[in-house]
Amino acid sequence: MLETLGHLPIGWLLIAPLAAAGFFAFYSGRTQIGALSTGSTISARLNSQPNFHGYYLAFCTALPAALIFLIYLIFAESYARSALISELPTYLLERSDAQVSFFVDRVSEHAAHRESAATGNALFDASVERFAVIKGGLRFFALLIAVGVGALGYHFGGKRLSRSFQARSYVERTITALLFVCAAIAILTTVGIVLSLVFETIRFFSLPDGPSVTAFLFGTDWNAQTGQNFGAVPLFFGTLMIALLAMFVAVPIGLLSAIYLSEYASPRFRSWAKPVLELLAGIPTVVYGFFAATLIAPLVRDLAQWINALPFTPDTLLAAQPTSALAAGLVMGVMIIPFVSSLSDDVINAVPQPLRDGALAMGATRSEMIKQVVLPAALPGIIAAILLAVSRAIGETMIVVMAAGGRALITLDPSSDITTVTYQIVSLLTGDTAFDSARTVSAFALGFVLFGVTLLFNIIALRVVDRYREAYE
Amino acid sequence: MSKSLPSPTELSAARLQRRRNAERRFKLYGQMAIGIAIGFLALLLISIGTKATSAFSRHMVDLTLERPDLATETELSVTEVNLAVRDRLLEIFPDASSARAARADLFGITTRLAVLPLRDRLNRNPNLATRPIRARLALSDDLDLYLKNQLSQHEQVYVGEAGRLAQTDIGRYRLSDAGPDGFFDFQDRIEAMGETRQDILISLSDAWFEFEDVSGAVLVLKHLAGPLPDFGEQSNAPISATLLNSVEAGRNASNRQIAMMLYLQKRDQIDRRFNTSLFTNADSTYPELAGTAAALFGSLFTMLITAIFALPVGILAAVYLEEFAKNTVLTRVIEVNINNLAAVPSIIFGLLGAAVFLNTFGLPRSVPLVGGLVLGLLVLPTIIIASRAALRSVPPSVRDAALGLGASPTQAVFHHVLPLAAPGILTGAIIAMARALGETAPLLLIGMVAFVSEVPASPNDEATVLPVLIYKWFSGAERAWEPMTSAVILILLVVLVAMNLLAVLVRRRFERRW
Repeated sequence: MLETLGHLPIGWLLIAPLAAAGFFAFYSGRTQIGALSTGSTISARLNSQPNFHGYYLAFCTALPAALIFLIYLIFAESYARSALISELPTYLLERSDAQVSFFVDRVSEHAAHRESAATGNALFDASVERFAVIKGGLRFFALLIAVGVGALGYHFGGKRLSRSFQARSYVERTITALLFVCAAIAILTTVGIVLSLVFETIRFFSLPDGPSVTAFLFGTDWNAQTGQNFGAVPLFFGTLMIALLAMFVAVPIGLLSAIYLSEYASPRFRSWAKPVLELLAGIPTVVYGFFAATLIAPLVRDLAQWINALPFTPDTLLAAQPTSALAAGLVMGVMIIPFVSSLSDDVINAVPQPLRDGALAMGATRSEMIKQVVLPAALPGIIAAILLAVSRAIGETMIVVMAAGGRALITLDPSSDITTVTYQIVSLLTGDTAFDSARTVSAFALGFVLFGVTLLFNIIALRVVDRYREAYE
Repeated sequence: MSKSLPSPTELSAARLQRRRNAERRFKLYGQMAIGIAIGFLALLLISIGTKATSAFSRHMVDLTLERPDLATETELSVTEVNLAVRDRLLEIFPDASSARAARADLFGITTRLAVLPLRDRLNRNPNLATRPIRARLALSDDLDLYLKNQLSQHEQVYVGEAGRLAQTDIGRYRLSDAGPDGFFDFQDRIEAMGETRQDILISLSDAWFEFEDVSGAVLVLKHLAGPLPDFGEQSNAPISATLLNSVEAGRNASNRQIAMMLYLQKRDQIDRRFNTSLFTNADSTYPELAGTAAALFGSLFTMLITAIFALPVGILAAVYLEEFAKNTVLTRVIEVNINNLAAVPSIIFGLLGAAVFLNTFGLPRSVPLVGGLVLGLLVLPTIIIASRAALRSVPPSVRDAALGLGASPTQAVFHHVLPLAAPGILTGAIIAMARALGETAPLLLIGMVAFVSEVPASPNDEATVLPVLIYKWFSGAERAWEPMTSAVILILLVVLVAMNLLAVLVRRRFERRW
């Protein structure tokens, strides 16, 4: 029986009885209080409407049970795994942690899918069976506690229902608390990100084959796939170089489009051109990556080869690789245009009209008014927009993965392939479960740097925007 | 002394001209900037669109298995059906059976797994296996690409009338001319081509040869496919040459395979039809058999989980921050935190998923459940910010009226403000879901790049999603993956455009000005 229970896909099975219990408690609470009032005018004398009594009882029943289920969902799997590992024969445990965890992964998978066909490996089949029994036991236990807690909640909640009971106040306080929990999930996400990055980064530096902090931050030799050298400077360099190339495209085009749209364009042109520009932001980055790798990168290579072939240049001036920093940077710049343009558009529109009118009244042409009055006034906001765009460029992944190549080089040649922080994170973590080698954990150290830098940029930019907004309000 | 200084009027006129020119230039820069941006968008869409069109159709070879002789008690295996197909191919091209290379060319027309749909059909209905059965098999990707791209560049040339055909060696033939004209025109043409000459196929009635040499009245040929005409008799049939625009070494389709395809095409046994398997098949290692079904369902399940998690949490969080939160330090921390979270690179969320969901909680890899949760966390700030804006746009008078009539704050919000803000919230939610649908990087880190050959049946099965499929197919080595990748991009873009249009429609239909 326990084994069958262990095989079932539990998630959906938990939600249904929970919802059923909640509905039952709601209607039961409503009828209970309805029974107290036997006349048409009585309900006016209730402290709270019958519905609130229903909600109160539903909360009393379902919330504690839901809490039990949540605890179960968080802890059950890891508990069952450690219980199974403790029962495995010692010769298996003597292998590396990665192999053991892979074994348990497969056991868990088989148990969840309930593949009846035996694999033929006696130990494996026995483990699957045992795992299902352990999980079934845990589930039975959790179910029992949940039912008990729910029943207790229903019992004591039901006892409190009376005509004078302030059900509404309790219900509303509970709702507010639930709303707060939802808002706090955003905080929890940040905490989760910071904690996981910090812990794994510390682990990376304390691993026997991990580097020292200075060797990581200032070393110029990166060879993580073999787990040898972890000098991340080439990655930082590549990231900055591609971001810079992207900015060379995005800032002039984005800024000039924003100026044209807000100062020159007719409302009709603006009404269709602005959404079309914003389409650029809605295209998935993997599509940009494909575009960069299949159309732009060959063009860049041809151009580099043409330059190499010119009579007055040395033949090996440019690397002319099939994937290149320039291809990735160009396309990334196009992707970022709408960020620059829509943010600049906002700040340009926020410049008060009297400033413009004053400049025009003094006889300035439109372009003089823009260059000498509007842009200086909007400058902090525009810088903030550019900072946000840079942080976007630094964190962009798919374009560089598909079009920038993977060689850790420090070179100023834009036609050479080059690697970035995000590229390395993807290539180090794709298709690997074990988190115990310096190779995989180094991705978290890179992620930590990435997170820190983008966060810094964002905080500065948001500050500037806020202060700037206040200045004109 | 003769040159007088320009008068003030002239000076100011010149300056005015300069300023006006500057004004025009500046305006032109703005127009150019917008033009470049829109031009890039157009270039992207056009280049992907043109590449994608060829993947929506493909060539199928149409064989009738006369005596399949496949009736067995047990289920048929791929190999058994494949043997029947090969027998049939050998019946069509009996000459190919003798030489090993020719057989390899012949069996390379379709890949081994192309018989899968046929085998499934036979297994479902065993009675079919005793009667002649029609088999439509996907042509192998290289040949399919050749037919799509190169066939139109073949050039037909009339060579002359056929005289006698004589065999010189195994597979080698000499074809003499029938009349006084000889093959001189053709020879001149060949000589004119010189070094730039590329492969030439010669056809005589149903037989296809590879051209080797010509001297006045005699063609030296190598037989490739099709039944040979009788030896020694003058047939006076016209000989025509097909000038290919490539040499055999430079492409994946051999001359013999091209000849076989031309032969089959003449007999209407190869046709181009809509590529349904692109939508019905799961992933495959062979481009001609690969489809998007698994990724479509994977995306569907992932979006389902994202919506179930992120929409309620995001909307309720927005309600809390906008309607209930007091201006405390904690509230401000939450607000700043949400704004910053919205700008965190998506790949960081992938690291979070790998460390917390996979490593700490021990959830399985490559499943939509985890992918959906990660994407849910990713779009949560977007949903909160959009929902807050929608709630803020509901005028305070609505709240005041509700409170004035005795509603509690909770009732005022849930009975009045939230329904009025719903269209705005919905618009924001659709746009956030569109963003989640196009996201790739975080999913790579939680293992959703696994090869999935089965359509997932639940959020707990291994799956991949459309953007990841684009990345995977892009990484494929065969050239046929490129149009396939473009086709998936097109499918993804169509879905995204539909979602965005829906958002615009919702906004237009329900937007209220207060």
